[in-house]
This record gives sequence, C-alpha cells and structure tokens, in this order.
Amino acid sequence: MEDTPTGLTPEDAKQLRSLRNGDEAAFAALVDRYHSPLLRLAMAFVPSHAVAEEVVQETWLGVLEGLSRFEGRSSLKTWIYRILINRAKTRGVRESRSVPFSPLGASSEDADEPAVDPARFRSTGYWVDHWAEPPGVWDDDTPEKLLLSKEGLAQIEKAIAGLPPAQRKVITLRDVEGLSSAEVCNILAISETNQRVLLHRARSRVRRALARYLEGGDSPT
Amino acid sequence: MTRDDLKNQVIDYLAGKLTCKEVTEAITDYLEGSLSFVEWVRFQMHLGMCFGCRRYLRQMRLTIRTLGALPVEPIPPAIRDELIQRFRSWKGG
Repeated sequence: MEDTPTGLTPEDAKQLRSLRNGDEAAFAALVDRYHSPLLRLAMAFVPSHAVAEEVVQETWLGVLEGLSRFEGRSSLKTWIYRILINRAKTRGVRESRSVPFSPLGASSEDADEPAVDPARFRSTGYWVDHWAEPPGVWDDDTPEKLLLSKEGLAQIEKAIAGLPPAQRKVITLRDVEGLSSAEVCNILAISETNQRVLLHRARSRVRRALARYLEGGDSPT
Repeated sequence: MTRDDLKNQVIDYLAGKLTCKEVTEAITDYLEGSLSFVEWVRFQMHLGMCFGCRRYLRQMRLTIRTLGALPVEPIPPAIRDELIQRFRSWKGG
C-alpha cells in the first residue's frame, strides 16, 4: 500500500513517490535544487570547501539509503538538511582543524555584544540610550543592488563567514535557507530562546557590516 | 517641573518608555513574534514616535531579505552526472 506521509506537502509526497519508483528526472530535479544550497550550508559546519564537498556527496548517498525509510514527519528539504548536518557533525569531529563543536550556547560567543555600536546612542541627559546618530535610509531595492554588485555580494559573504560558528549555522538555516525556527531548533537540538539569541546576534552583525559598506560608517568593529 | 521636563515625560510615555537601544536589542523578538502583548504594544508605540528606530527596523528587514536572496552557483555538470549515475546503481541494486 502507498504510504501518504502527513508532514509532507502534496508536492513533496509526489516527488518522494517518483524517487522511490526510480524516476531519474525526479532525482535530477532534487540534485539541481539542493546541491548548491547544501554545499553552502556545509560550509557553516566544516573548515574547508573540499571537506564541504565531500560532506555533500555523503549526504546524497545518505538520501538514497534513507529514501525507503523516510517517514515524512518533516518536509523533504528539512530531512535532507538534517542528513547533511549529521554527516557534517561527524566530519567536524574528525577534522583536526575543524570548528569546534561546542554546544550551541550563546554564552561562549560574546553573549553581551551589543546589536549596535554604543557610540550611536546618546550617553547623557534625559534621552540617554536614544539615537544620537540615527541609522541611514536604505532603499527598497537595497537587496537587489547589493546582490548584483560583485563587491556587495562579497561583503555579505564575508560578513556571514566571519560570524562565530553557532551564529553562522543559525542564520544560514533561518535566513539564507529559509527554514522555520521550529525546524532549526529541531535540527540543531537547541532551545527556542537560544536560537533567537544566536539569530539576533548574527542578524545584528550582518546588518552592521552592510551598514558599514552602504553608509561608510557605523563603527569599525 | 519645567515645561521641558513635562514634555520629555509625555514623549517618553508615548514612546512606550523604551530606549532606542532597547529597541535594537528586542528587534528579533519583535520580528519573531515572541514579545508579550504589553511589550509588543510598547514596541509599536516607540516605533510610532521614533524615525530612527523605524529606519533601523527597515534595515533589519532588508538585511533578512538580502540573506534570503543570496544566489548559488549551479551544480557543476560532472558532479551532476556522477550523482545521477549513483541513482541508477541505487535503482538497480
């Protein structure tokens, strides 16, 4: 009897059936859609591009091995990402140069770093801690402008790559790959609160890097 | 109390008695929908009064949108072919 998993969208369920039936086009579509995002995600977990590529290869093998057993409690995407992260963790432990797999606590990663350079706020008077130097105005097409310029794109990638490891993982899964907060908590085995703190630090840092690039200000650090 | 003191207190009240610094630290909770109702109301009041924080919120939303639109390189054809080969042998085996 055909199982119709409950956690899947109709589209996912259809794709899963095709894959199990050995439909090559369905697998090619899966590879086209997820290979490069998987590589990008792997880079948040392992120290080098070469290792990330190996992890992605292993992930695809894991997908093939797991296809018949996948119960559809999560979306196909989340399931594939979870396989990748499990492989990456195994690799991360093995690699000597690896980013340490410390518990994903915010505590170890400059938990008290302010979102905005304190110098942007008033330091005295009735309106202490209100803007002394308010943020600049960004146009609606800022994302497009940034992403279409080689330098803008490089700035964003540099900002993400420069984040502390746990922040990088969370922002990559949430904002770059578009997973929900529940999915990210589940995949990384962290609490909602912890996830939110890491996301906050990460987003604040990336915003700051972009502001520095776009406005040529907002503090050197 | 001087007239200025009174004015400050009224503005402070209307701005949810939140500082801009507090807004920048609560912004993710706001965007994630995890503020309590009272906190949310105060946050909204502050936004209504403060153009700096409205700009900040806008920058944050644009940052998130930028991250969500990051392009990826297409998969190299050789790797794609190799993976499809794997699928064939998986299918056969």
